[in-house]
Amino acid sequence: MSMTIALAGNPNSGKTTLFNALTGSKQHVGNWPGVTVEQKKGKYRKDKSVDVIDLPGIYSLSPYTQEEVVARDYIIKETPSVVINIVDATNIERNLYLTLQLLETKIPVVIALNMMDEVEAAGTKIDIPELEKSLGVKIVPIVARSSKGIQELMDAVKEVGGKNLASVPLDVFNKKLKEAIEELKNLGADDWKAIKLLEGDEILMETLEEAEKVKVEAIITKTDGIVGGDAEAAIADARYQTISKIVGKAVNKKGGVTHVETLSDKIDKVVTNRILAIPIFLIVMWLIFAITFNDGLLGVWLQTLVVDFWDGTLVPAVVGFLENAGAADWALSLVEEGILAGIGGVISFLPQILILFLLLSILEDSGYMARVAFVMDRLFRKFGLSGKSFIPLLMGFGCSVPALMASRTLENDKERKMTMMITPFMSCGAKLPIYLMFAAALFPNSNQGLITYSLYILGIVVAIICGIILSKTMFKGNVSNFIMELPQYRVPTLRSVLIHGWEKLKGFAIKAGTIILASTILIWFLANFNFSGMCEMEDSILASIGNGIKFIFTPLGFADWRASVGVVTGWIAKENIVATFGVLFGAGDEIVEAAMEGAEALPGVTEVFTQVSAYAYMVFNLLCMPCFAAVGAIRREMGSWKWTLRTVAFQMVVAYIVAFLIYNIGNLIF
Amino acid sequence: METTLKEMRIGNSGVVIGIGSKGPMKRRLMEMGVTPGATIKVVKVAPLGDPIEVTLRGYELSLRKNEAEQIKVKLA
Repeated sequence: MSMTIALAGNPNSGKTTLFNALTGSKQHVGNWPGVTVEQKKGKYRKDKSVDVIDLPGIYSLSPYTQEEVVARDYIIKETPSVVINIVDATNIERNLYLTLQLLETKIPVVIALNMMDEVEAAGTKIDIPELEKSLGVKIVPIVARSSKGIQELMDAVKEVGGKNLASVPLDVFNKKLKEAIEELKNLGADDWKAIKLLEGDEILMETLEEAEKVKVEAIITKTDGIVGGDAEAAIADARYQTISKIVGKAVNKKGGVTHVETLSDKIDKVVTNRILAIPIFLIVMWLIFAITFNDGLLGVWLQTLVVDFWDGTLVPAVVGFLENAGAADWALSLVEEGILAGIGGVISFLPQILILFLLLSILEDSGYMARVAFVMDRLFRKFGLSGKSFIPLLMGFGCSVPALMASRTLENDKERKMTMMITPFMSCGAKLPIYLMFAAALFPNSNQGLITYSLYILGIVVAIICGIILSKTMFKGNVSNFIMELPQYRVPTLRSVLIHGWEKLKGFAIKAGTIILASTILIWFLANFNFSGMCEMEDSILASIGNGIKFIFTPLGFADWRASVGVVTGWIAKENIVATFGVLFGAGDEIVEAAMEGAEALPGVTEVFTQVSAYAYMVFNLLCMPCFAAVGAIRREMGSWKWTLRTVAFQMVVAYIVAFLIYNIGNLIF
Repeated sequence: METTLKEMRIGNSGVVIGIGSKGPMKRRLMEMGVTPGATIKVVKVAPLGDPIEVTLRGYELSLRKNEAEQIKVKLA
C-alpha cells in the first residue's frame, strides 16, 4: 500500500537523524515552494512505496514563522497518511506542546519517543503505556542515532496509516474555552480551525468573509473577558497544564525535580564562560577557516588534487584526443576554454564546500552552533544581523561560494537574506591577485601590503554600513527575537555529517553548476568571436561591448574598454581580471603569473590607470557582482530569481557608489 | 517577592506569574513553555552581557534581556 509519512517535531529532537535512518542517503533536497525553507523527501529504505517527507523543525503550529506555515499547510492541505511526531524524551514537556497541536488536527499520529538511551542513562523512567493512554496515540520508543526501534516504529505506522484518529481522549481545555470553541464550530469551523481561530490565527482570519470575521472577533473578545486576559494565552496555558499532568503521571525522574549536572552542562560552563567564550569561539572559527582555506591543509590539498587532475590530466587528454581526431580550432577552444573550463570551475569548489560543510554540520549537530549565536548575538544585533551571520561572513574571506551556502544555518529568513547580500563584500581569495597586480604596477614605492589590507578593511566597513542600512530599509520591521533553545551537547554521528556534506555538494553542483557552465560558455563565445567568426580578444564581441559600456565607468575614472572587459571576465572568476589584462596588454604567461603574486608589474597598466583610478577599480571589483559561481550559490540559497537579481543589483549599486566616492574624493586629496 | 526575569541574578529561581507584552514575543515565549506556574532559573549571562540563559521544564532557553523584562516572576 503506498502511503506518505510526514515527520514532525521540534528542532533538535533528532528529526533529521530519524529521516536519514528511514530513507538512507537517497534524498531529494530542495526548497518548499516560494520560501527558502528546506524541503527533504525520500523513500523508506525497506518499502519504496512509502514516501517520507521531513517537515521543518517547529515548536508549534501557529503561523508566525515560515517553518510553521510550511509544516501546517502540509499537514492540513496535503493530509499525509500518518504523521510521525518525533519527541525528544529528555525534553518531553516542551516537545509535547507540538504533539497536542498535532492531535488537534485529527490526522493519524504515531509518536516516536527519541533519545531513550539518554533517558535511561539518566535513570528516568517513562511509563509508555500510561503516556499512550493519556494521549490516545501509539508511542514507540526509539534511538534514532543507532536506528533502534525503527522497525517497530514503521510497523506501528503501517497499522495506523489511513485510519482516522479514532477518538481524542485528551481533555485539554476548560469549560470556558470549550464553550468558545463550540460557538466557533457553530459558525462552520472544525475542531482544529475553531481552536486556531480562538488563538487569533492571522492566516485563518484572512480566509474568512468580513461578516464571519466580525462574529469570530466578537467571540474572541468575549472569551478574553471571560478568561480574564487573552484567549490565546489561556489556550497555551491549558495545553501546558495538561502536559504537566500527563508528564507528572508518566515520567519518573531520578532524584525528583532537582537538576543533576550532566556532561553537557560541564562543557557548556567552559565554552560559554564569560572570559573563555570569545577566545574559544575565535579559535574554533579560525580552525574551520584554516582547514578549509589555508595552504597545505585539508581543503586546499583536496582542491589541488582535483584541479591538478582536471587541468593536468583530463583536459589535456580530451584536447589531445580532439586534436588527433582533427577537430576545428573553434571546437577545440569551445571544449577547452568553454565547457571544460566551466565544469572545472564547478568542481574546483567541491572539495572546499565538502570540507566546510562537514565541519559546520559537526558544529550544528554537536549543539555548539546555538552557542555561537548566544555568544555573538549582542555584537551582531547592532548591524541587524544574527550572531550566526559571523560564520558566512568569515568564510567569505576564503570563498563566497561555500560562505553563501553556510548562510543556511540562519533560521530567520530576513537575516539570512541580508547576510547573503553582504557576504561577497568580504574580500575572497580570488580577489587578492587583483590587488597584488595593481599594487606592483601602480604603487611600486608605497607599502603594498597596506594597499591590500585597506581593501579587506574597506569590504568589512561597507558590509557593516550596508547591514545597518538594509535592516532599516529593505528588511525593516524584522521582528527579531532571541527566544531560542540551547540544545544539549551531543557527539555528532558520522552518518548525519556525511549526508549533510553530500547534500550540499549535490545541491551546488546541480543548481549552481548549470549557471556557472552556461555563463562560462557565453563569455567564452563573446571573448573569442566577432560577427565574422573567431578572432583575438581585442577584436571580439566582448571588446565591442567593453567599448560600448566604458562610458558608464567615466565617473569612476576607468573609462577604458580593457578595464570594462576585465570587469566582465572577472565574473567568471575574479582572478581572471589579471589574466585578461595580460592578454589585452600583450604580456606573456610568465609575467602574468608574476603579476598575480605582485612580484612584477604588468606593462601597460599604468597607461590606463592612475593610482586613484586603480584603487577605484579594485574597489569596484571587490564590491560588484561576485563570480558566477557565487551568483549560482545565491540563486540556490535564495530559492528565487527575483531575490538573486535584487542581490546582484544591490551589489552593483553599492560598488558603483563606493568606487565613485573613492575616485572623486581621492582626486581631491591626491 | 515579585520581580521580572531580567532582574534575577544568576542562580536565582522563581515561578512565572505572567508575561507583560502582547503579540509575537509573548506567543513565542508561551509556546516555549514560559507559562504561569512554570519554574524558571537563571543559569548564565552571555559574555557580552546579553542574552541570558535560563532553564525551565527541563531544558535550556536563551532570551534577550528586553524579552526577559516582560516576564513577571515570583522569586522562590
